[in-house]
Amino acid sequence: MSQETALQLKGVTKYFGETAANDHVDLELKKGEILAVLGENGSGKTTLMNMISGIYFPDKGHIYVNGKEVSIGSPHDAFDLGIGMVHQHFKLINVMSALENIVLGMDPPEGGFSLQKARKSVMSLAHDYGFELDPNKKVYNMSVSEKQTVEIIKVLYRGADILILDEPTAVLTPQESDKLFNVLRSMKDHGHSIIIITHKLNEVLEISDRVTVLRKGKNAGTAATRDMTVDLLTEMMVGEKVDLDIWRTDPAEPRKRLKLKDLTVLNGEGLPALKDVSFEANSGEILGIAGISGSGQKELLETIAGLVSPESGAISFFSKDGDKEVDRKDVTLSFVPEDRLGMGLVASMNVPDNVMLRSYRDGKSRFVERKGPLETAKAIIKSLAVVIPDLSIRISSLSGGNVQKVLLGREISLSPDILLVAYPARGLDINSSFTIYNELNAQKQKGVCVICVIEDLDVLMQLTDRIVVLSGGKVSGIRDARTGTKEEIGLLMTSSEKKKAEGKDGK
Amino acid sequence: MENKSARKKLPAFHVVKRDGISLGKAMAVRGTAVLLSLIVCAVVIVFITKQNPISVYAGIIDGAVGSSRRTWVTIRETVILLLLAVALVPTYRMKFWNIGAEGQILMGGAASAAVMIYFGSRMPGAVVTILLILCGMMAGLVWGLIPAIFKAYHNTNETLFTLMMNYIAIQIVNCLIVLWENPKGSNTVGIINGATKSGWFPSIFGNAYALNVIIVFLVTVGITLYMKYDKHGYEIDVVGAGVRTARYAGINVKKVICRTMMLSGAICGLAGAVIVGGASHTISTSTAGGRGFTAIIVAWMSKFNPIAMLVISAFLSFMQQGAIQIASQFGLNENASDIITGILLFFLIGCEFFINYKLERTDSGDTEENAS
Repeated sequence: MSQETALQLKGVTKYFGETAANDHVDLELKKGEILAVLGENGSGKTTLMNMISGIYFPDKGHIYVNGKEVSIGSPHDAFDLGIGMVHQHFKLINVMSALENIVLGMDPPEGGFSLQKARKSVMSLAHDYGFELDPNKKVYNMSVSEKQTVEIIKVLYRGADILILDEPTAVLTPQESDKLFNVLRSMKDHGHSIIIITHKLNEVLEISDRVTVLRKGKNAGTAATRDMTVDLLTEMMVGEKVDLDIWRTDPAEPRKRLKLKDLTVLNGEGLPALKDVSFEANSGEILGIAGISGSGQKELLETIAGLVSPESGAISFFSKDGDKEVDRKDVTLSFVPEDRLGMGLVASMNVPDNVMLRSYRDGKSRFVERKGPLETAKAIIKSLAVVIPDLSIRISSLSGGNVQKVLLGREISLSPDILLVAYPARGLDINSSFTIYNELNAQKQKGVCVICVIEDLDVLMQLTDRIVVLSGGKVSGIRDARTGTKEEIGLLMTSSEKKKAEGKDGK
Repeated sequence: MENKSARKKLPAFHVVKRDGISLGKAMAVRGTAVLLSLIVCAVVIVFITKQNPISVYAGIIDGAVGSSRRTWVTIRETVILLLLAVALVPTYRMKFWNIGAEGQILMGGAASAAVMIYFGSRMPGAVVTILLILCGMMAGLVWGLIPAIFKAYHNTNETLFTLMMNYIAIQIVNCLIVLWENPKGSNTVGIINGATKSGWFPSIFGNAYALNVIIVFLVTVGITLYMKYDKHGYEIDVVGAGVRTARYAGINVKKVICRTMMLSGAICGLAGAVIVGGASHTISTSTAGGRGFTAIIVAWMSKFNPIAMLVISAFLSFMQQGAIQIASQFGLNENASDIITGILLFFLIGCEFFINYKLERTDSGDTEENAS
């Protein structure tokens, strides 16, 4: 390779307490290439990028930009060196327009600042790279992908040559991701060097020129993307061979267990989050809920769980054999919410105290009974392979995967008839994800009615039996997961039309 | 490495969060903090008074524990402070930012004084004592319940609400002083039932404050067990961790808020009853005397640990009583004691930073094999 080096890291190390988030990481970004940084959650990708963009300062190691050693002490230093980062969580001001956000915080150019001039140069920038941008649109009116566009243009407008994107596709539909990738390719053609952080293997193969894999804070290897396959990448990422097929069984004697009829639910601001949602869920099957984030998934689960009362419409529950309607109190309903530590668990409590969160009221004694929960906690730890040094530590000090296992384990320990799960494997490593998928399948085998919100369409198609697609709070379609296609689901996610006729061809 | 000079200067130290600290080490940090604060206090004393700091410190010790009577006054003040801190623990564990203890003490004290004044001559003394304790608790309970109801049902800001309730309590006591003035024109209530001692806490083992100590001991043990083993205590912790989690767990958050503030208010009212019935035997707007606020510091500094609360209450009361002594001995006003207590608290609270974090030398990791 004769290309020049845009950015180079040598032996970069960062400790958080005693743990090394990055341990002597070497990394090289060539001019005009797209480098994917791949790794599981907690492998140190974001920490590494934060050191390049000046948010953290490395404990050890050297950073070179264009061959010169530099010290990046603040995001401002990074900007001066032409490094721009697009964070996973956008840092935009809601009440301002796209243009205002883009120019905000910049030193005025020679001859004074003019919004008109700025508009011109921003628009020509957008045109050059193929962005769609309405400079006057306020951020609060924007979709996630529009906000991301603003963030990227903001960085380009500041003259960044080196762009870092932290999991940019996590919040996008497949179609939006394709658009983003086109823009990235055009940026590459303009000579920019790009680092894209991701844990999605297909994206690595699709967009990058080279890939660097991080594992447990260390560089596990760098390779030209064209030499890689999904299997090889996984092996580098996890350190061992992994079977990537999700186990899916046929529905176990599905019977009607839950029926939603014309459900309308308002969100905290009094605006409708769900509009006339109707569908049925069966025992012995996994029903998937698809939709871009914020399409009403959260409200849907919380309403079924009884935490939110619907504005109109009805939820009915049915007995085990599916023929007669029963009261809510006659079914056991378990719920694994999206916000694990902020809703499903008490972050400051230990595992046994968290295990009794839903059952401490049982029994007549006024005192808390801790022996049973302790046994349940031990059983969960054993059956789901939770890694925990000591039962007395607070649950928030466990890793995300172990937190989720405890939460799911507790909800399953209640022997539910209906199990609601939001984003079961979000932020989990591959092995933990598979433990969770297998457990959901085991529940399905036992005849539980499982309803699952999943954002990763690949997983959704492989794990569930039927898929309800939400778009803007409405059901835009119901599909069989075995016969539907990813593209079809992706289109339904963005469609605003409620297609009633098609909504019936589910199982 | 020739390009080293291109690097900007870095701070020599940076702050790192500790993973944990052994008890001994933590105690050593706190001990150092106390030592440093005493040195700073000494410098301040010399600067202001030109007195020998050793003799000023000796004056503090003399004032706090110099005689049996002084020792018991320090103990009396300690247990009141402890009782109030104990009362606040459930509300703070619930993350209910309650600064209304001051008002609840006053209302409890006022109710107790009313019982002594109106029933003192009509009932046996022991009955009056029991009645004044119950009425004091009830008054504090009501004063705690009012902001809780507004918080639970209208989501008002409990900090502002409880603060304003304090001022209302002060004005009510002002009105009562006019009503109960004795002797006329003194603008004070004077010692209630000075002759009959009706309703006064009885001496136990010949000690006037033994009953105070017993009451506080029982309440402290009771609340500690309540928080640790009672289902209510568990619910309080869950509500404190987050209302969303509590709702998810099926806890009636409104009920828990009201119930907990009733409990806390009742104990603050009890403190008022103990002050009026077991110590001052009078009521004034300074009956609470800022203790409702000092107790907040005690509760938080001790991280709600009852033993730590006892130690800190004792320490603050010791300093307070000692300061009263040096104020008269060296002709300083009472602000001098506030300065000393303030310096001590500054160091003690400040040292928590070094218990949670440590300074580390910045290591730029320059090893020669990294040279390009």
